[in-house]
Amino acid sequence: MSAVDAPAFFVSELRLVSRRRRNQAGLAVLAAVPIIIAVAMKVAAPSSSSSSQGPEFFGSITSNGYFVALAALAVEIQLLLPIAVATIAGDSVAGEANQGTLRYLLTVPVDRTRLLAVKFAAIVVGAFVATMTVATAGLLAGWALFGAGPVTLLSGSQASVGGSLLRLLAMCAYLTVCLAALGAIGLFVSTLTEQPMGATIAITIIAVTSWVLGAVPQLDWLHPYLLTNSWTAFGELMRSPIAWEPLRDGLLSAAAYMLIFLSAAWARFTTADVSS
Amino acid sequence: MTAFAVESSGLTKRFGRQVAVDAVDLAVPRGTVYGFLGPNGSGKTTTIRMLLGLIRPTDGGHALLGERMPAGAARVLPKVGALVEGPGFHPYLSGIDNLRRLDAADRTADRKNADARIRSALDRVGLGAAARKRYRAYSLGMRQRLALAAAILAPRDLLILDEPTNGLDPQGTREVRALIAALAAEGSTVLLSTHLLSEVEQICGHVGVMHQGKLVAQSTLADLRAEATPRVRVTTDRPHDAARVLRELGLTDVVTGGVEAAGVLGPIAPEKVVAALVHDGVPVRGFGVVAPDLEELFVGLTGEGFDVSG
Repeated sequence: MSAVDAPAFFVSELRLVSRRRRNQAGLAVLAAVPIIIAVAMKVAAPSSSSSSQGPEFFGSITSNGYFVALAALAVEIQLLLPIAVATIAGDSVAGEANQGTLRYLLTVPVDRTRLLAVKFAAIVVGAFVATMTVATAGLLAGWALFGAGPVTLLSGSQASVGGSLLRLLAMCAYLTVCLAALGAIGLFVSTLTEQPMGATIAITIIAVTSWVLGAVPQLDWLHPYLLTNSWTAFGELMRSPIAWEPLRDGLLSAAAYMLIFLSAAWARFTTADVSS
Repeated sequence: MTAFAVESSGLTKRFGRQVAVDAVDLAVPRGTVYGFLGPNGSGKTTTIRMLLGLIRPTDGGHALLGERMPAGAARVLPKVGALVEGPGFHPYLSGIDNLRRLDAADRTADRKNADARIRSALDRVGLGAAARKRYRAYSLGMRQRLALAAAILAPRDLLILDEPTNGLDPQGTREVRALIAALAAEGSTVLLSTHLLSEVEQICGHVGVMHQGKLVAQSTLADLRAEATPRVRVTTDRPHDAARVLRELGLTDVVTGGVEAAGVLGPIAPEKVVAALVHDGVPVRGFGVVAPDLEELFVGLTGEGFDVSG
């Protein structure tokens, strides 16, 4: 019962998630996207000017490899990063139930609240690793093909290489919190079923639906409540001074989602009959 | 310290309108091997799930090793090893890694000797050589052995084993029986759920019989046998005459078949039966008094063989 013993189960959980081939393959896919973006921009660069229209941050890539990481984050937060979180979260409880390992964990005994806490912590770590993988792969690919150097911020001023890396780390942390909100929903969904794949699909649908609703201007009254509404606000960290307000709203929204869905998961799981 | 390792009163589980377990009063004395018998679907596994706190009873309550459940789960479950409804492990982890994970989840486990305990559990179930194989490559028998290893990862005062010899070959079955006997000899109480009567006859001292959610009998195996009335069996070439004599003497449940007549003896002395047969000129080629075997007792209690209860 000592504090030294407490992380053993958490370490075991991280090992379980990280050693799974499916999750390793998923990380490889996440890392491949920025590399593809960098190569595509390099190949296309001579014929297109740096002022060409395109998604956020794309136009700046040819001037500084740093922006490959940002472009990749902007692209992957739309679908691939949510899928990564949905995969881990969907598997968290439903996967254990499906394999019959849940009943053996509970008879060890693992307290049900502790099980949820460990599962959620592993989801958050997974979200951070996924985001950092995208950023790191983007940075390395970008630097290799377009070079490194001081970064011109959206407001026009310059940030040193070190300062820009700190900003990138802050963006990953912000996106991790956003994805943790999706993870909390996922943990709840995962307590409802014994089918991990079904849970993963449901969680992905929730994220995609939120993006779609966010894109319908007629529903602007709904937008502030949407899970994904503030996710793209990570770009505000590229301003000087940083525009904190959208970021604060995003963090508060994520905290509200976590509070609601972690409570729901707890209420559901601590009273559920485990008959799998 | 209470005398019972498992004690329940009025333990009931309803799923909607269906009563899966109906007011079961289990009493498993410490230090015994208790055979928990019943046809498939009679409520054994649901009872075991309630005992372990996996599902909540609709009514009633129980204690394990003197601790009320589920309140005392954190204190008592580390002393309870369990095998519930077949093995359940991560397919892409090796056998030994699966055990490491379960051990890591146990806050009461001693981290320092974890490797030694895991090794010894694997060796005891005969999985030492296959420890590093992935679980998905295991045969059903190996999976069952791994589940047993998980149940004995730490010293246990109580083992709750649901069909532990399922999927094992005859050699494996013998080994597991020997293991259970050894664990009992070391002082563990064993609650053994099974439908294999031979298993019960060989290793159990106490039995409880479930039928349609109810505990229809609970006693020592010896008492259960003593309650059962023996039958006589007459071998003769005139079985119908023999049957008539048996009926006239007051034997019940008289049947004939081939060159035999048989009936339940009741309070009548066997020698009187022989005398009556001879007196009536029935040629007696063979005569025997047979105690019913466990299967007949079982069928008598549950009114059925191994059919699935509805």
